[in-house]
Amino acid sequence: MTQLDEKVVREKIRTYITHELIRDPDYPLEDDEGVITGGLMDSFALADFAVFVEQEFGVYIPDPDLTVDKMDTLNQMTARVLRG
Amino acid sequence: MLTLETRANYATLLDAAALRPDDRDEPVIIFVATDAAPITVTRADFQARTRAYAAGLARLGVGPRDLALIAHTQNLESIYAFWGALRMGAIPAMFPTLTEKLAPDVYMRNMNELIARSGVRLIFTSDEFAPVMARTATCPVVGSSQLAGLAAAGGDDFHPHQPQAEEVAFLQHSSGTTGLQKGVALSHRAVLNQLASYSRAIELSDDDVIVSWLPLYHDMGLIAGFIQPLVQGVPLILMSPFDWVKHPALLFRAIHEYRGTLTWLPNFAYNHLARRIRGRDLAGLRLDSMRMFINCSEPVRHDSHQLFLQRFGAMGARAEMLAVSYAMAENTFAVTQTPPGRPPRLDVIDRRKLEEERRALPAQGDAATITLVSCGPAIPNTQTQVLDDQGRPLPERRVGEIAVRSDCMLTGYYKRPDLQPFVDGWYLTGDMGYMADGEVYIVGRKKDLIINAGKNIYPQDIEAIVNQVPGVHPGRAVVFGVPDEREGTELIAVVAEADTEAEDERRRIARAIRQAVVRESAVTVSYVKIVGPKWLIKTSSGKIARAANRDKWLTERRT
Repeated sequence: MTQLDEKVVREKIRTYITHELIRDPDYPLEDDEGVITGGLMDSFALADFAVFVEQEFGVYIPDPDLTVDKMDTLNQMTARVLRG
Repeated sequence: MLTLETRANYATLLDAAALRPDDRDEPVIIFVATDAAPITVTRADFQARTRAYAAGLARLGVGPRDLALIAHTQNLESIYAFWGALRMGAIPAMFPTLTEKLAPDVYMRNMNELIARSGVRLIFTSDEFAPVMARTATCPVVGSSQLAGLAAAGGDDFHPHQPQAEEVAFLQHSSGTTGLQKGVALSHRAVLNQLASYSRAIELSDDDVIVSWLPLYHDMGLIAGFIQPLVQGVPLILMSPFDWVKHPALLFRAIHEYRGTLTWLPNFAYNHLARRIRGRDLAGLRLDSMRMFINCSEPVRHDSHQLFLQRFGAMGARAEMLAVSYAMAENTFAVTQTPPGRPPRLDVIDRRKLEEERRALPAQGDAATITLVSCGPAIPNTQTQVLDDQGRPLPERRVGEIAVRSDCMLTGYYKRPDLQPFVDGWYLTGDMGYMADGEVYIVGRKKDLIINAGKNIYPQDIEAIVNQVPGVHPGRAVVFGVPDEREGTELIAVVAEADTEAEDERRRIARAIRQAVVRESAVTVSYVKIVGPKWLIKTSSGKIARAANRDKWLTERRT
């Protein structure tokens, strides 16, 4: 697999969250904003995120990493995807 | 096993199979989790632990007829505390726990209101939340370690209490969002009557294995996925709902591993499972052991069942496994159940006649249609009828309010003599529906109620929160449900009027609304729209019209 570009990954996840999960394409999502603890999406979305990441980036995130603690912000999500 | 034939052999829940001294190596519960090895609780373990927890509760001053609230994470400790309380004659009630998302002050304000109304003797919670709850609680709060320590101390403080059949066994709180929750009080007799009748409806046998991720503070999880297996001596494979929503394949791993036969799911779960399990998480798993996936507690959608079969047919899911039950806490649990071994009936009716004439007539020609999934006939001890708005019974295929009568009804709402649940012996459900060929079909609700992922949400509760958000014109917010095909449930939308025209400021208000609602109610809002003054439609009496505003919002979104 080719090396994933940090900026590309981040923007793809941002677009996915605002379009698919928050359903508000204009939402100004910040990189360190708690998307689950801040009420933007519920924890169901973590399972959705896992499916998206596998399809989009070919990265399989194991279940123990899919927790609110580890996956609450765009920064955390991007870093986890880049780790592969 | 408790059946209609053996009913006379059971006096109270203390006659549960899990508490019988025979077959002490039989598993009562196997608790499974994503990040831990399974824990098997045998009957011997269960009896020793629940006895110890009963003694621990007694040392904390809990006595017979005292109300003990268990507001804990879904784990074995909360289960031992529940049955420990039952064994010493106290009245346990499972309650949603505080979470990191909820504002502790709001949660405790609601809790203290409940304590004041219901006379809660004690709250049992996790070590994490015990200190924060104890700070403001108006009754004692005990954490896991403290109760476990008292339970482990041994001794003979435990005095078993033999309740009468008509005594209240436990409470089941209606899943509203505010502190004004009603505690549905269920007697030993009512619960046993429900289980005897329901065992016939689902043809329960000793070969069954129940698998459940459902929360124990909700009637479906509490009765179908907890009390039923423990009373009947059927193994329960249990997991935490918090674990399952993030890792949906956990349910199928449990079914495969333990040869599960029965599980109960709200409609959204069929979509969640079908859409959010990765292929590799299903490798090697089979569902052939299942008898029924029982759809319950929110409107049943045929397309959710179809989606489920398309995705999991290759793993052994079949149409005849998809069953439906219509249930409510006031009837202990089930009112109806589709029979095992055949798919639920579908009724394709004329949409216009339904909406305009309140009649459910099979569609003919090229009329616009709506497909409804049957909830099945009433279970053996329960009767249903459909009433018009004058309370008169309606014939088949006429839409009215569903009324229920049975021998497994609530005793009443706990310490709420002001709330009278029965009219001439019938409980009026607030659900609108019709009967056809002896089966019940539900078409909607009498009052505004959003059912989001199986959870009942009253729009006025959310509107009250939104009205407090700075920037929202007070009294100028509306909340409504939007049925969503992808999610298989209703999503929640908020429209709020603000005086500001500035786009940045409106975004700030929208974000504040999402945050306030989740912190005060644990509800996630899917859509927030900030509009200018006079956007909202009011009724002639000056109230905000939810349905008209939803239609306006939907129309604007389409264009």
